[in-house]
Amino acid sequence: MTARRFNWPLWVGFVLTLAAFFTYFAVFVWFPATRDFPWANLVLFVIAGLLLFMGVRRGSAPDRPHPTSSKIVTSIVGLLSLAVFAFFVFAIFIAARWLPASTGAPHVGQRAPDFTLADTTGRQVSLNELLTSPINGSAPKGVLLVFYRGYW
Amino acid sequence: MRGIEQNLQKFNESGIRPVAISVDSPDVSRNLAQQAGYTFPLLSDPNAEGIRRYDLVHAGAGENGHDIARPAEFLLDSSGTVRWLNLTENYWVRARPEQILEVSKLLQ
Repeated sequence: MTARRFNWPLWVGFVLTLAAFFTYFAVFVWFPATRDFPWANLVLFVIAGLLLFMGVRRGSAPDRPHPTSSKIVTSIVGLLSLAVFAFFVFAIFIAARWLPASTGAPHVGQRAPDFTLADTTGRQVSLNELLTSPINGSAPKGVLLVFYRGYW
Repeated sequence: MRGIEQNLQKFNESGIRPVAISVDSPDVSRNLAQQAGYTFPLLSDPNAEGIRRYDLVHAGAGENGHDIARPAEFLLDSSGTVRWLNLTENYWVRARPEQILEVSKLLQ
């Protein structure tokens, strides 16, 4: 019975675990609803986990054609999947919170510190210029400063 | 930043100029702008001098232990006064453009 030999829940569960990990960075990070809290990825991890659980049970059954190697493969795939999940949780919920407190950042009501920085063409742009040069022909009402980590 | 680009028209209509700042060189920023299709200004602060004035330096968090900026957003009125800010505690969680546009309505 070939269907009995191939432990599909294990392998589908493993592939789904990898998908649950990578789709966050490739797809879901682009949409605020799935980025701010990675529920879509957690759902994928749960489904993957159930399949892996089935697969591990199936792979540890004594009626496998090669019980010992089956157990080894099953354990490795199971542990690897668990490690992927653990790394995801670490990256999204723990490491991403290692940010400085920035208690010295300007508060509401304070004047924003001045700066003059180069744009993508190398031209020097000052905060004052950003605040005063017209948008679509009229004086700006405000400037939104977005600080980002960058590509380094 | 993708959300800002998608809402750029609305920001312009509200009289708000979005500007993004990082330690990336102008070349790297230009590549990013081209790849991601960003048309608002990306400013380059390689030595984190401006970033330091805003107390946003994330020391050693970049490549080869370089200082980078922690994510943050500030809405300034036309006098340069901070009217709203967001210092996220998790860098996957950012202010949403709709939220910023809502606050922008308070600016004269």
